[in-house]
Amino acid sequence: MSETIFFYIFAVISVGMVLLMIFQTNPIVSALYLVFGFFGVAGLYVLLSAPFVAVLQVLVYAGAIMVLFLFVLMLLNLRKEDLVYDRLNWRKIGVGGVAILFLGFLAHHFTRIQIQPFFDLPENFGTPEGVGRLLFTTYLIPFELVSILLLVAIIGAVVLGKRQ
Amino acid sequence: MITIHHYLILSALLFTLGLLGAVLRKNILIVLMSIEVMMNAINLTFIAVSRYLRVMDGHVVAFFVMAVAAAEAAIGLAIVVSLFRTRQTIKTTDWRMMRG
Amino acid sequence: MVKFLPLIPLLPLAGFLFNAGLALVATRRKKAPAEWLPSLIGCLAPFLSFVLSVGAFWVLRQNPHEPLITGPLFSWFSTSLLSVDFGFLVDPLSSVMILIVTGVGTLIHIYSIGYMKGDQGFARYFSYLNLFLFFMLLLVMGDNLLVLFVGWEGVGLCSYLLIGFWFTDAEKAAAGFKAFVVNRIGDFGFLIGLFLILFAFLSQSQGSENSYLNYSFMENHKEIFAPLATVITLCLFAGATGKSAQIPLYVWLPDAMAGPTPVSALIHAATMVTAGIYMVARLFFLFEMAPVTLSIIGSIGLATALMAALIGLTQYDIKKVLAYSTVSQLGYMFLALGMGAPVAAIFHLMTHAFFKACLFLGAGSVIHALHDQDIRNMGGLFSKMKYTGITFLVATLAIAGIPPLSGFFSKDEILLMTYVNGSPVFYILSVLTAGLTAFYMFRLFVTTFLGKTRHPHPDHIHESSLVMVYPLKILAFLSIVGGLVGLPHVLGGENRIHHWLGYLKEATEVPHQLELRLMVISTVWCLFMSGLAFYLYCCHPGWTKRLKQKGALIYSFIFNKFKIDELYQAVIIKPLLFISTTLLWKGSDQKIVDGILVHGWTKVATVSARLLSLLQTGVLGHYLLFLWGGLIVFLFLAVR
Repeated sequence: MSETIFFYIFAVISVGMVLLMIFQTNPIVSALYLVFGFFGVAGLYVLLSAPFVAVLQVLVYAGAIMVLFLFVLMLLNLRKEDLVYDRLNWRKIGVGGVAILFLGFLAHHFTRIQIQPFFDLPENFGTPEGVGRLLFTTYLIPFELVSILLLVAIIGAVVLGKRQ
Repeated sequence: MITIHHYLILSALLFTLGLLGAVLRKNILIVLMSIEVMMNAINLTFIAVSRYLRVMDGHVVAFFVMAVAAAEAAIGLAIVVSLFRTRQTIKTTDWRMMRG
Repeated sequence: MVKFLPLIPLLPLAGFLFNAGLALVATRRKKAPAEWLPSLIGCLAPFLSFVLSVGAFWVLRQNPHEPLITGPLFSWFSTSLLSVDFGFLVDPLSSVMILIVTGVGTLIHIYSIGYMKGDQGFARYFSYLNLFLFFMLLLVMGDNLLVLFVGWEGVGLCSYLLIGFWFTDAEKAAAGFKAFVVNRIGDFGFLIGLFLILFAFLSQSQGSENSYLNYSFMENHKEIFAPLATVITLCLFAGATGKSAQIPLYVWLPDAMAGPTPVSALIHAATMVTAGIYMVARLFFLFEMAPVTLSIIGSIGLATALMAALIGLTQYDIKKVLAYSTVSQLGYMFLALGMGAPVAAIFHLMTHAFFKACLFLGAGSVIHALHDQDIRNMGGLFSKMKYTGITFLVATLAIAGIPPLSGFFSKDEILLMTYVNGSPVFYILSVLTAGLTAFYMFRLFVTTFLGKTRHPHPDHIHESSLVMVYPLKILAFLSIVGGLVGLPHVLGGENRIHHWLGYLKEATEVPHQLELRLMVISTVWCLFMSGLAFYLYCCHPGWTKRLKQKGALIYSFIFNKFKIDELYQAVIIKPLLFISTTLLWKGSDQKIVDGILVHGWTKVATVSARLLSLLQTGVLGHYLLFLWGGLIVFLFLAVR
């Protein structure tokens, strides 16, 4: 019962915050809304017994990435006239309609998925230890590749960010 | 009783919202944020399915997606910074370099 | 003897292969081979065939009612509907034909040794000649229509090769081309006739035997053809007009003079043009069932004879005159066929083979000596080329129908049959044509051999070598005595050829008095016309000029061969060319195939690429939209 309540609370938080983020003019404000949305998703992860990923979500997304966004925003030092005003028009409403149809299509096919739920989870499910074991055994090579990806991204960001 | 369908539909909703933000907004920063939202929606799907299948591979994938998202954000923001320096704008419709 | 029958056509084939090999080697080495080898092989092969043919004839003579049949040598093809075997048949008709083909052919081969001496393509020439004989023998010896058709097409091919023998000369190559194309038109009719025969059999087939194209089978089941006989025979006759140079397809034969003269002799006398006569005579049981076709054949034959004789009056090229006389004589043969007298046609074919070969070889001898074909530059050759002159005179007398030479008997028989079976108009016209023949032949003889020498270098003229003169002598001898095989009863003869070929068609009984009377009429008429020509051209050389001036219009019309070539050019060739170039080439090929199908697609690609490039706005949002669209499509396909 409490799971249901928490699910709806976190769902409403995440969806609501994302909606607010989309409809903001000022990117700083929308970045802050997004942080809250990420917190909501992290809560959902906890509900799904994935505490390690939930922690990572908070650390990486809400912490690192959003801080990055804020830094950049401050670096750009946007003035009032730099802000972009998006007005609602028929084209956007049309795209929104297509998006609703798309959502319906996804939902229709998702509800056809039949998975028998298991309630007795194995030990270490979703804990740092469990995920870590998997990461460093089965997924060792992808893990190393991801580290290279990150290295490349750092170098790329530095190169791009340098003043010519 | 919360079934997997709840989570899947929620993730679909988040994905669609992110998509709408990415397609409709002209502010490049908000477009980037919307893309982060889409990735989150996908992560949510992975986590939910791996919860109901009792396997942790989804967690690992979510971990990788986060790494990719971090890399993408870093590169994307670096591009935004350098573009803003030359063009003095963050409006996507003002940048029309991506054509032959 | 039956065992050796296949050798008759196969020997020339072997000669062809051998000589073709020699010619190929010579071309590779760029050096002409010694001439004795190809001429030995080239003459030996037809000569041995001739010996075998005489043997076959001898065997057949013991019992003429049992033809020599090899039976199926091998199965050519066999289906449930139709089976065709390859087999040879020598019955009295084909025995006459093979004797003519190999006999006259051998003489022409021997003559060619002298005529073609020193030519670059000596071995090639002999290989073609041998191939020609091979196909002709296939044509006359095959025991079914399909083997005949192989020979039929083969002689067409060889005529093309030989007429265009000096193919470096564009005009001569074009003449060969013309012969081939005109023949193909006739062959088309022949093929349709073949298919109709098959159709007739297949539509009411009974029994298990299905070798429909065999002559014996066809003759035994000829009642099947009754409803289709006219159409079938007309189609077959269309083929015959092509091969045997009748109206409307005779135009190739005068142009066929472009080849070496012995080739003309071979084509005109022994082979090729006789194919149509032979075919009609062979299938006479079929033609008999279609009186309409027979009357058409007779009319066309007579018209051809008359027209060609008229053209022959005006020509100056010695070979052209002979060519038109061939067309004219072939017209006689078809007239005989049309009058229901195949025996007379074959008889005339035989005597014609002798004297026409003699005439052509004589003309070749003259051309060889003078290097000129225009009779206006000849004259007075009789004293310089005695043997050529005498043999030419003999052959001229023969073709003019002067008794007792061979042409008289055969032509007289045709005239007789025309009188008996045809209308009076037919008879009068054919007698008139006979007189014309005598006239233009004597015109040719007188202007060529008598009178003053008009050649610029008269001292160079000399008689041809022995190898050329001997065949002439033999042929002249045959022209004299050849008619004796058909000596009519009224003159105390036995008319052997009628007994020999009587199975083709029962001879009509004619009152002897009538026969004699007609004979006298035609003899007197031919003698008169010969004498007139002799007198006019010998003693009054100026009269033709006056006549030409008076009837300038008619004269030039006849001299230009009734403008038939021009007519064909305007009515058939030009529209065809117009359709091909304007409609098919420039219209459908360039506009539709090239314009729409080939370049059209590139345009479609260009335009669609332009249109698609409009999607490339450079705006990030649009690209995301497309990405999304792609995702939707992918998902739709994935969940299906």
